[in-house]
Amino acid sequence: MWIYEKKLQYPVRVSTCNPMLAKFLVEQYGGADGELSAALRYLNQRYTIPDKVIGLLTDIGTEEFAHLEMIATMVYKLTKDATPEQLIAAGLGPHYANNDKALMYTNAEGVPWTASYIQAKGDPIADIYEDIAAEEKARATYQWIINMSDDPDLNDGLRFLREREIVHSQRFREAAQILIDERGKKKIF
Amino acid sequence: MTKQVPPEYYQLLEELQAVDFVLVELTLYLDTHPNDQDAIQQFNYFAKESKRIRKVFEKQFGPLLQFGHSYSAYPWNWADSPWPWQV
Amino acid sequence: MPTPHKVYYPFISPFDPCKPIVAKTYSTPPHLYMQMQPPNLAQFTPHEALRAGTLWKVLYDPYFGPYEKLRKEDSSHD
Repeated sequence: MWIYEKKLQYPVRVSTCNPMLAKFLVEQYGGADGELSAALRYLNQRYTIPDKVIGLLTDIGTEEFAHLEMIATMVYKLTKDATPEQLIAAGLGPHYANNDKALMYTNAEGVPWTASYIQAKGDPIADIYEDIAAEEKARATYQWIINMSDDPDLNDGLRFLREREIVHSQRFREAAQILIDERGKKKIF
Repeated sequence: MTKQVPPEYYQLLEELQAVDFVLVELTLYLDTHPNDQDAIQQFNYFAKESKRIRKVFEKQFGPLLQFGHSYSAYPWNWADSPWPWQV
Repeated sequence: MPTPHKVYYPFISPFDPCKPIVAKTYSTPPHLYMQMQPPNLAQFTPHEALRAGTLWKVLYDPYFGPYEKLRKEDSSHD
């Protein structure tokens, strides 16, 4: 069971009406290493992994949905009042023709989200290493988007999301440690 | 015309976001460190703190949770805007 | 403290059409240097933590884009 909470995880701000940035940001909405993929990947792997890491996959998977909502908020704010001319200039003319301002689960190039972005091998080590890689890929994607963005408020939110990838990666690395620990017990350092 | 939320909405919301963020961080940490007693104590402290701030926020700005996890005023105010992405 | 990025120098050919990028960098955030996180690490206050995106000071690795150079210099990040 999930409960919706009527608040964002982080106070998202956007300072300019810049649909071009929305086009790039959609990569983290419906792209391979985006937040939707992350949430579904972790929540799906839960069913076939040792009990001691199920809690972590559940909690990180849940947090990813909060991040998905942050990305949606950014895209919403960046496009909400944009004119068709602005959308055309941003390369979003085809999107507007088909969807107006509606969000779509696609990557930045408009390729629809696909379940093949989700990896689940059923092998705990393979799956956790997959998750570590996914976090690092998402971190890199945030870097490339920050590199293209001149909106300081947007970058503030993206920096938060990038930092979350670092923390998640750390926790998954710890999960890998827990899975390989000889005593089957957490090591105390 | 369009409705506006007062500045206290943003202040109180960030207050709650900050405390709830600490809880997210402690949750993930405790998922891999289940024996850290200090962290558990801190977690329980902030869980209480979150409930306190949440109560103040909900009294002024309406329910944050649904399916019975928040109380409703009359008339039903869960579906009132603004929604999180709108503010 | 480990450095949060590393540098490498790609080979530059006289036939490369674009102005060469002499030094390339990539991120190496602090978690890469940590195994299990030790207990009782220094924390940010709740408001600082929210703004930083992490509760733990050692895991904080802010990333700034080229349009934010000024802010980058303002930050205390080494």
